[in-house]
Amino acid sequence: MSTMISVEGVSKKYRLGLIGGGTLKDDLNRWWARVRRKPDPRLKIGQEHLAERMGEEFWALKDVSFEVEQGEVLGIIGRNGAGKSTLLKVLSRVTAPTTGRIRLAGRVASLLEVGTGFHPELTGRENTYLNGAILGMTKREIDRKFDEIVAFSEVEQFIDTPVKRYSSGMYVRLAFAVAAHLDPEILIVDEVLAVGDAAFQKKCLGKMGDVAKGGRTVLFVSHSMAAIASLCSLAVVVVQGRCAEPELPSCALARYLASTPPRSHETRGRYITKVELISCGAQSDAIQCGDGLVVVVRLGDTHGLGELHCAVLVLDADGARVVVFQNSMHSSLRLTGGPAQTIACEVGSLPLVPGSYTVELKLSGPAGAIETVERAANLTIHAADLLGTGKTPVRGQGYIVLPSNWRQVV
Amino acid sequence: MSISAFTNASVPEPHWIAEITPQRGLFDLHLGDLWRYRDLVFLFVRRDFVSVYKQTILGPAWHIIQPLMTTVVFTIVFGNIANLPTDGLPKFLFYMAGNVLWAYFAGCVTKTSETFVANAGIFGKVYFPRLVMPLSVVISNLITFGIQMLIFLGFLAYFYLSGAPVRPNRWLLAAPLLIVMVAGLGLGLGIIVSALTTRYRDLRHLVGFGVQLLMYGTPVVYPLSSVPAKYQALIRWNPATPIIETFRAGFLGGGQVRPLDLAMSALSVLGVLAIGLLLFNRVERTFMDTV
Repeated sequence: MSTMISVEGVSKKYRLGLIGGGTLKDDLNRWWARVRRKPDPRLKIGQEHLAERMGEEFWALKDVSFEVEQGEVLGIIGRNGAGKSTLLKVLSRVTAPTTGRIRLAGRVASLLEVGTGFHPELTGRENTYLNGAILGMTKREIDRKFDEIVAFSEVEQFIDTPVKRYSSGMYVRLAFAVAAHLDPEILIVDEVLAVGDAAFQKKCLGKMGDVAKGGRTVLFVSHSMAAIASLCSLAVVVVQGRCAEPELPSCALARYLASTPPRSHETRGRYITKVELISCGAQSDAIQCGDGLVVVVRLGDTHGLGELHCAVLVLDADGARVVVFQNSMHSSLRLTGGPAQTIACEVGSLPLVPGSYTVELKLSGPAGAIETVERAANLTIHAADLLGTGKTPVRGQGYIVLPSNWRQVV
Repeated sequence: MSISAFTNASVPEPHWIAEITPQRGLFDLHLGDLWRYRDLVFLFVRRDFVSVYKQTILGPAWHIIQPLMTTVVFTIVFGNIANLPTDGLPKFLFYMAGNVLWAYFAGCVTKTSETFVANAGIFGKVYFPRLVMPLSVVISNLITFGIQMLIFLGFLAYFYLSGAPVRPNRWLLAAPLLIVMVAGLGLGLGIIVSALTTRYRDLRHLVGFGVQLLMYGTPVVYPLSSVPAKYQALIRWNPATPIIETFRAGFLGGGQVRPLDLAMSALSVLGVLAIGLLLFNRVERTFMDTV
């Protein structure tokens, strides 16, 4: 194993307001104004205070460092605008970083978008060569792989037809086939899995897996958490231009989900004063299907209430009770009224069908219900590859995700 | 200490083959990369050639019609109406020689000047040496030029055999060099403009008529010998002037060959090309942020 990619302190700065601005005349005017120490003539009157904003810096990437070993599939996750695309652009040399250094121990090919450079008038064959060369293959390499590419794309019959006559599916299949047959040491893949029908997507995922098994390094950006979880060996989360060390995809996904600021809940009743959901060590109201969850409940002064029973209920969007956890049923914890106390309900795994849920809290005593806090917290379950098939049930396909084995009996 | 030295030794230092840094040296042009992508240059050339004439009736015949029509019009307007002198050469051949070479130059400048703006889409997605684009433009224009040259040579042979006063001579051997100079000048100017247009879109408008006006500052439709003395110095400073004059002198026998002017012109071409490469190299790294 050797390091294939080394990113050291890479930052990328954009200047707001100045991008794509202007003509030569504007620049000369501004220069002349600067010389005379007058306000920028491009600003409208009364907007002088915007002058600072015009040159305001925006760091799309800030001091990003990580290393990727040979054979790893590194998933990159982050919200829109977090800096993922900028990171890929810098890595694939589309644009230069502002500071820092990236070293690569192999040829990089990026599939930032398939079909780049396809010319509608050219035939499939001509476009295969052109696109292959754009992506960095030599003519000889394409010659060697041509048959394989055509077979993969399933457009054999139409290879000598101009691609403008292709259906969009054929077009994308051919484009992806070319890209998939690049043999770079480092492959950068972004969002290409959104192409083609389900069968072709499966083929693409398989191809990516092969690439990684062949000892190549893959950087993979996707919004599909299930894809990240099933394909990647490591993942990083990009948040506002910064990113943490690569870690296991499950932890990275948890971190990603936790990076949404949790909504605050002004609960509560007289006795149940605070309810918090915690996942992977951080407060979070969104977890992945199958992840563990800790519900922390703070009880205020409960003197004189006798023995207490606390129940945590998870309700689906329709208000149906999906699962109930109760201290006296699920554990040997006994609660009695007294001074303020904090209790935690730890659930090892919560394999609920992805969707929105609410958490309800009930406190009862020997004489019956004492307090109920409906909507004590919201809980979002995100899809994860719990079944190992890359598929997850959706709302309406039951409540729980459980693995099952299927085989032919007769 | 010795243990850590041992562990260090057992982990081989990766052999980096590429390094991406914010700045690169002024003269760090990555020409090796360009060589690695040579197949791409030729595939672009092929694309340009094939795609332009698909679904046209005349196809590549347009390469022939264009210079022929221009030459006919030049012959009528400048030769017969304005009665400009042609150094005693057949008017048709005189205009055709100048026109064919100038068309190559003009094509190189205008097309390469659009490099960044026209290819922003593809440049934003994939890395390949950006210089591939202007180079492929220069080469595909060279093919057009080659076809037009053949037509010109055909007419030259016809005129020569029918006894017109044309005297091809040893300067004809300089033709390949002259063509390279034209290509270099066109490429150099084109990439200078392309680098500047990423910032100043105004320049795009300038290129079209600038090249047209420059033609009148170059002895294309008139011989250098007919230029009044007070303008001669000015026109001789134009690096394209000695190229066109020598080109015509070689094939047709008229005109003036001044080796010193030619050497100066070659130097200017190298200068323009160098400035172009430097500007282009600076811009290609970050132009995606401004286009």
